[in-house]
Amino acid sequence: MNTPTNLKYSKTDEWVNVDGNIATIGISDYAQDQLSDIVFVEIVVAVGDTVKPGDTLASLESVKAAADVNCPVSGKVVEINEALAQTPEVVNSDPYGKAWMVKVELANTSELETLMDASSYEKYCAERSH
Amino acid sequence: MTEPTIYELSSPGRLGVRYPDPDVPLTPLPTEFVRDSLPLPELSEPDVIRHFTRLSTFNYNVDKGLYPLGSCTMKYNPKVNEEAARLPGFALTHPLQPEETVQGNLALMYELQEWLKEISGFAGVSLQPAAGAQGEFTGVMIIRAYHKARGDTKRTKILIPDSAHGTNPATSAMSGYQVVNLPTDSNGNVDLNALKNVLDDQIAGLMLTNPNTLGLFDVNVVEVNRMVHEAGGLVYGDGANLNALLGITRPGDLGFDIMHFNLHKTFSTPHGGGGPGSGPVAVAKHLVDFLPGPIVDIIEEGTEEEPPLYGFCMPSKSIGRVKSFFGHFGMMVRAYVYISMHGPEGLRNIAEHAVLNANYLLARLRNTYKIPYDRICMHEFVAEGRWEDAPGIRALDIAKRLIDYDFHPPTNYFPLIVHEALMIEPTETENKQTLDRFAEALIKIAQEAHQSPELLKEAPHNTPVRRLDEVKAAKELVLCCWIPEN
Repeated sequence: MNTPTNLKYSKTDEWVNVDGNIATIGISDYAQDQLSDIVFVEIVVAVGDTVKPGDTLASLESVKAAADVNCPVSGKVVEINEALAQTPEVVNSDPYGKAWMVKVELANTSELETLMDASSYEKYCAERSH
Repeated sequence: MTEPTIYELSSPGRLGVRYPDPDVPLTPLPTEFVRDSLPLPELSEPDVIRHFTRLSTFNYNVDKGLYPLGSCTMKYNPKVNEEAARLPGFALTHPLQPEETVQGNLALMYELQEWLKEISGFAGVSLQPAAGAQGEFTGVMIIRAYHKARGDTKRTKILIPDSAHGTNPATSAMSGYQVVNLPTDSNGNVDLNALKNVLDDQIAGLMLTNPNTLGLFDVNVVEVNRMVHEAGGLVYGDGANLNALLGITRPGDLGFDIMHFNLHKTFSTPHGGGGPGSGPVAVAKHLVDFLPGPIVDIIEEGTEEEPPLYGFCMPSKSIGRVKSFFGHFGMMVRAYVYISMHGPEGLRNIAEHAVLNANYLLARLRNTYKIPYDRICMHEFVAEGRWEDAPGIRALDIAKRLIDYDFHPPTNYFPLIVHEALMIEPTETENKQTLDRFAEALIKIAQEAHQSPELLKEAPHNTPVRRLDEVKAAKELVLCCWIPEN
């Protein structure tokens, strides 16, 4: 399992990459492995939308299950990855790169402290695998 | 695929049927409707019969062998059901016939309603819903109508345990409710503390599948129902797993307000490709007036010489019709035959054997497959299809390999709360020899997973088509072999 140390992770398996006040959000390598082959991605927010923790950002479908991508932070959506609709398989092949989903301008950076760092997230994943 | 499509078998000018010369004057079709652009296949009668007969032999079905598809109750469907449903008095009647000419049909529906009430412990039944999911939808519409009639309009949420059938959250969302997920505790029951924390005056109800999708009977069910009622909500019981309870306990007595039956699971009417489902809905006394209709009732009591006069009635606050006419009548005939063949003792035997069979399989497999919620199960259980020392093997590979052993795979990847879930429901119609063969196949596959994993990864090996590319199938939705040119 690949868990880059420069990212923050949520309990519902999203990763967050913070650059200035912009948070880029996607799903973790653990999450894509659990879902198996992703065949459908729909980003359900639009640029300009205000989002808060727990809001649904995207719907995913794999050959075995459907899942929502939850927003881990509050803020305003500034960019969405429109290419994913055509290439859902990159969620499996490049979850931390090409498969970024939404960029949010952070309204409250203190929320980031509630997220896990890579080593806590790895521990959290290991616990759930038993 | 070893069998060409019917279009590939077609040859211009080949005919199945030759009509005699007509003995009435010919009227040509209006020219604007005559086209030669439709590539209809042209075949002889033996071409057609052999094509479809060959295709049917590729299929797996309950008449061929064990079909342990968890949650679906793929029991054997007795052939006497089919005989009865084809009796001309049933098969040749029309729903628009005057009621007095179909009194026998109405009597059957009335008795079936009464029997379902007795079996489930409820006060009223509507036979109308087309299948389980529509039964659920009907039930949630009744919940809405009940709160609305009381002027209680702030209830916008429905609670769904994460061990519920997947249709439960779908039903609630489709009915306009917000779905609130409830976790399962470590024993596989609804987490009572979590329930306590979310209950308030915005909860319209809770949908409980009991036994749940782990195949476990929620031992706190009476307490769960009491807590929801105390908060002003109603409890919907998903009756899809009633197979395990028949003659032993009644959902109505446990405090449920509404439930649906799956005649096509519990009462042996065919399902899957075999026929429509049927999802009657039962309700407790305080909800009888909301049932969808029309419902069969006695219009005029009978005498010693004369049977009663049956007719259709609409409940006073009915949510309306949920299906054209009166539901899937042919399925009601089959369920009626099944219930009358078994009687009260026989129905109890069904539940006992469904539970015994599942527990026997569980006991044979628990040393080979991890059982995450391991306790006495009801009619089904969930195993994990993975081993730490067999990396790369997933539930899907085990399911595909079972096909090589001539068994239908169990349900996989559901419920979601078990990793690599294999959900196994043998049903009561399987004998010990079949269960042993199935258990031995699964044990052998576990050995293969460790010793020659490629056997699983490349399975199935013995089928007309090898493993299907599910990703391609999900992404490229080409559903017909011929696409109109314009």
